Amino acid sequence: MTTPFKAISSLGSRVRSGVSNLGAFMRLAGAILVRSGTAIRRARLVSQQVHFIGNHSLLIIAVSGLFVGFVLGLQGYYTLSRYGSEEALGMLVALSLTRELGPVVTALLFAGRAGTSLTAEIGLMKAGEQLAAMEVMAVDPIRRVLVPRFWGGVIAMPVLAAVFSMVGVIGGWVVGVLLIGIDPGAFWSQMQEGVDVINDVLNGFIKSVVFGIAVTLVALHAGWTARATPEGVSRATTRTVVVSSLLVLGLDFVMTALMFS
Amino acid sequence: MPLWMWQAAACNAESVSQRGQAIKGYAFSCSGRATHPCDQPRAKRRPRERRHARYNGGEFIDSKPMTTVPSSDTILQFADVALGYGDHTVLSGISLEARKGQVVALMGGSGSGKTTLLRAATAQILAQKGRVAAFGQDIAQMEGEALRQLRQRMGVLFQQGALFTDLNVFENVAFPLREHTRISESQIYERVLEKLDAVGLKAAAHLRISEISGGMARRVALARAIVLEPELILYDEPFAGLDPISLGITARLIRDLTDKLGCASVLITHDVNESFAIADQVYMVGQGKLIAQGSPTELSASQNPYVRQFLDGQPDGPIAFHYPVSPAFTTWLEQRKGRRP
Repeated sequence: MTTPFKAISSLGSRVRSGVSNLGAFMRLAGAILVRSGTAIRRARLVSQQVHFIGNHSLLIIAVSGLFVGFVLGLQGYYTLSRYGSEEALGMLVALSLTRELGPVVTALLFAGRAGTSLTAEIGLMKAGEQLAAMEVMAVDPIRRVLVPRFWGGVIAMPVLAAVFSMVGVIGGWVVGVLLIGIDPGAFWSQMQEGVDVINDVLNGFIKSVVFGIAVTLVALHAGWTARATPEGVSRATTRTVVVSSLLVLGLDFVMTALMFS
Repeated sequence: MPLWMWQAAACNAESVSQRGQAIKGYAFSCSGRATHPCDQPRAKRRPRERRHARYNGGEFIDSKPMTTVPSSDTILQFADVALGYGDHTVLSGISLEARKGQVVALMGGSGSGKTTLLRAATAQILAQKGRVAAFGQDIAQMEGEALRQLRQRMGVLFQQGALFTDLNVFENVAFPLREHTRISESQIYERVLEKLDAVGLKAAAHLRISEISGGMARRVALARAIVLEPELILYDEPFAGLDPISLGITARLIRDLTDKLGCASVLITHDVNESFAIADQVYMVGQGKLIAQGSPTELSASQNPYVRQFLDGQPDGPIAFHYPVSPAFTTWLEQRKGRRP
């Protein structure tokens, strides 16, 4: 086969593989949603996952939020001071966090911390025949394993984003008010004045829920389809980080365009 | 609780009535077993009978399609079955059956396809040819809820144990009870500790799976496989990794369970001594087919070179130790040689 034909063949193969993977992903997502009644009937399984996913991610989210708040405080002050608007620092920090950085950075950290953990756990369960054992025991592994983890991730993500934003605001306050010396009354009143609950906080919340759904589904799918070998699980965890990070950034652009245009 | 006490407890009519009321869609609606086999007259039970041997005077038996009509006691039946993965056929012409109260051993060398048989029995793979039937129903025709109901009547001990690593020992054994029954927490507690005691691990109930040895993990998996007291129990290498004491107790436990519950037990094993001590019927697979079958006594007297080599562990014989050379290997070897400086 000549080189141009090889290239076309290779491209076709990649496209077909991509479409096939997307179809498999959507089918798994559909299967999880259809079986989601388990999340209500057996809420304890979901609460365990919220604890596992959320609690274990709390520290990294809080510390990251604090440093992002520090940086926002510094950068915001340098920029605003050019225009003599230092008092608006509180509003700038809060808007940046609730609209964008809170949901997006939390989702990226969530993908790296909880997403990889979910993928590795499911992949290792597959490698250890645990999923096959469940199936043979007449227990649906999607219902028993994937559904609680999915809803655990979807619930934990907005809570973590809220924690990130709150700690970030505190970080901005520490830099702006305590270190630089901006008036605390102006800091908080400008924030209160400039942040809208519906347009900013609710939209940020919606973003974080969508990111939670996307990252958790990608992580579960990667684990579910991982090859049952150490190398396969390793590749799947890498895929989780890469795919979910790109998906979060892409979805963020689309949602920002829809929400704030 | 010592083994003999557990055995007595297994025949306890109270636990039988609890089971009958509690297990949804299990045993009674499907099997028609209204009472525990232990409560039935002894004559109706079939412990340790040597039945249906198709062995022919110790001679080599070609695997042929089963021509006998399965009786109502038949729990698992393979009729002229071919099994494999994709286009590759691992075993063909397999005919065997396991009946109530019978321990059936499936033996053969490594890679001979024994685990493939177990996968076919549990509908993890479908037969390429022939019919696999469990409880009189063709497995290939079953899916969804019907397959789920069928699997609830089976217990499977996986080769690697397949214990859930996010649960501790107690919760692993309790898992089938929590998923398939509505019995109270106190009943689960009693039942699980009873089964763990039977495998000698009652005091390990609190341990995490990462804290127990490989042999202990297999015993926990055994307790989990029998906790629902299923009608068909499939054991994939139940004796692997066990010390001599655990091995003997496990073998006796399998035999006693089969007798007490009147279930069918299928052992996939390499262990000749222990399996011959408890089995009613032995099937040997190798070279992609059923090589021999019969009672342990009959196979022990066999002069079939395959059987003799396997039973005596002889290095020379029809079973090759070395993996056969294939064209793919030859090509690979040539390429490797070409790379050398």
